[in-house]
Amino acid sequence: MTHRVWIDGIALWSPTMPGWDIARAALRGEPTPPLQPASRPAPSLLAANERRRAPDAVLLALEVASHALAASGHSASTVASVFASTHGDLAVTDALCTTLAGDPLLLSPTRFHHSVHNAASGYWAIGSGSAAASTALAAFNETFATGLLEACVQCTADAQAVLLVACDTEASGALRSVNRSRGLLAVALLLAPVRGAASGWALDWSVQDASVAVPVLHSAAARALADNATAAALPLFEALAADASCRLAWPDASCTPAWPDASCTPAWPDASCRLAWPLSASRSLHLVLQPLAAEAPRAPAA
Amino acid sequence: MKPLPISPLTVVAQGLACATGVGLLTLADALRSSQQTLQPNDFTAGPLPCWIGRMAALDDTRLPPALAHWDCRAARAAWLGLQADDFIGSVAAARLRHGAARVGLVLGTSASTIGVSEQAYAAPAADGGFPAALRSETLNSIHAVTAFVQEALALQGPCTTVSTACSSSAKAFAQAERWLRLNLVDAVVVAGVDALCGSVLYGFAALQLLSPEPCQPFAAGRRGISVGEAAGFVLLERGAGDLQLLGHGESNDAHHMSTPHPQGLGAEAALDGALARAGIDAGDIDFLHLHGTGTTRNDDVEAALVARRYRSGVHASATKGLSGHTMGAAGIVGALVGLLTLRDGLCAGTAQTAVVDPALGPVFAQQLQLRASVKTVRVAASHSFGFGGNNCVLIFGRGSA
Repeated sequence: MTHRVWIDGIALWSPTMPGWDIARAALRGEPTPPLQPASRPAPSLLAANERRRAPDAVLLALEVASHALAASGHSASTVASVFASTHGDLAVTDALCTTLAGDPLLLSPTRFHHSVHNAASGYWAIGSGSAAASTALAAFNETFATGLLEACVQCTADAQAVLLVACDTEASGALRSVNRSRGLLAVALLLAPVRGAASGWALDWSVQDASVAVPVLHSAAARALADNATAAALPLFEALAADASCRLAWPDASCTPAWPDASCTPAWPDASCRLAWPLSASRSLHLVLQPLAAEAPRAPAA
Repeated sequence: MKPLPISPLTVVAQGLACATGVGLLTLADALRSSQQTLQPNDFTAGPLPCWIGRMAALDDTRLPPALAHWDCRAARAAWLGLQADDFIGSVAAARLRHGAARVGLVLGTSASTIGVSEQAYAAPAADGGFPAALRSETLNSIHAVTAFVQEALALQGPCTTVSTACSSSAKAFAQAERWLRLNLVDAVVVAGVDALCGSVLYGFAALQLLSPEPCQPFAAGRRGISVGEAAGFVLLERGAGDLQLLGHGESNDAHHMSTPHPQGLGAEAALDGALARAGIDAGDIDFLHLHGTGTTRNDDVEAALVARRYRSGVHASATKGLSGHTMGAAGIVGALVGLLTLRDGLCAGTAQTAVVDPALGPVFAQQLQLRASVKTVRVAASHSFGFGGNNCVLIFGRGSA
């Protein structure tokens, strides 16, 4: 069974793509102006002293959460949230384990509460004032797909606007010997149960009995982030970056110089875009994205 | 917006291992006798004066050879919980009924296998990285204990780790209910697993929330928590049954990372959500399993909420004096205590607490039961409140099936 939700807000942050406008151009393969890479974002939701102490994962999550919410025009108080991260903040885990191996009594209370997987969820609620339900989850390689599924499920099951945030950080210290995540990447989507003024896309989702592979990355900008544990999100953001006119030009691909990979064209036969991610060995999450500009005009309201 | 009522789900099977032992019978015995199941801390290498709910059997537990690559304290705890009450057999039957791809898994944990990483940092390899035996990306990931359970149960449905600190495994019920409501799956294994580890013990020590004596929820002299470990499991399916999940409510305090909202507004919103989904009033609740950690502030706020919203005759009890505070598993332990009450009428007391703190008021003093008793219970609720201000309330009931 297929369910429909609406995308009302989109955000992305990485050191080389600090914001959706830059990311949108870069993920389409367009040349972007040279940029001094940012070391970490500075979400205005946190006071300056909190920002200084906050782990990267919290800053990343709050940065994209605020932008996706602002783009949507929804009020934070009515929006539930799903925070998906494969590893949480790896620098915090490294520091925590280092302290425990040295003098465990030196562990600071702040470090401890930064170490919970729902740290970003908690700071989001405090910073935005939203008392709506908020969850934090992980599913190893299936983390992004599982988070996207949960956001779609909550939006559909309870007719509730849901903010999805996914982010991962870079392994540090001894953790680098077991953890492959590199770089910083955060993405966010605001999903709404009904079409509103800010709705840019219709998103049809379903869970199917099929074994699929993680979709490939097309753009050089996305490929440069392939080692981040949230990189599985990027194919969706590449699709959202390509606007309707660009998509309608397929299969000429004239406007996508950085996407020489012709394997993506058969999957995009019309204005819609189909994407799928594995959820387990035999189940998968399938999306059909329709840019609203490409939809048939709606009958005027009576 | 007030949520709409949901269709009840049936509880098909249950399993539990915690400081009281392996199996629900050990929990029932402990609830009846309020025997001492906590012990002075002998888990940390250095001295840390506190009491713990340690699962004695874990040190000698061996995983089957095919699953040995997951060996660690959290996986062993999960393995004992799966054997308990033949939960693993009930899941095998569900797998046959529905197919492995139609059985989901939602597991709540706070620390998961962090104990493995702690061990690696204490004894690094020559290159400064993890020692060979622990050099595994999957084992050193928060999803590890969930992936272990998925493999042990041979499940192929959607599978996720919920990690919202001490509300984790309560929220796992909410997520599972939505999956079943939308027909993504035909059955869901709901789980909560956390094992003792340095980060949690020293973390709570840093917050000055560890009690130097066994925790005494709602007592005047309460001095903090006793950390415990547990693995609990529930198998949920659509349809009516003897024991049912009636409702769930989730909220966030939006107040502070490690102290509750002073008026308990977040907790109350979670209660309202659960009541609306169950389609009942707070006055319909016969038994309440309190979050009851034994910290001054948590107990203050929770007692005020209970006195304000529940009827004076409700049987309220806190059981962390038996199991310890089992972190991410606490939500499912509370659910299992509630289910036991619905099945057998065995209403828990509040172990370790001799006298209710008079400062919590006369209504709460009447609601909190210090000793176990047997009575007919039709509706049971359970509170779970976690770090980050994360709240979840669950409501279970007896079905007519």
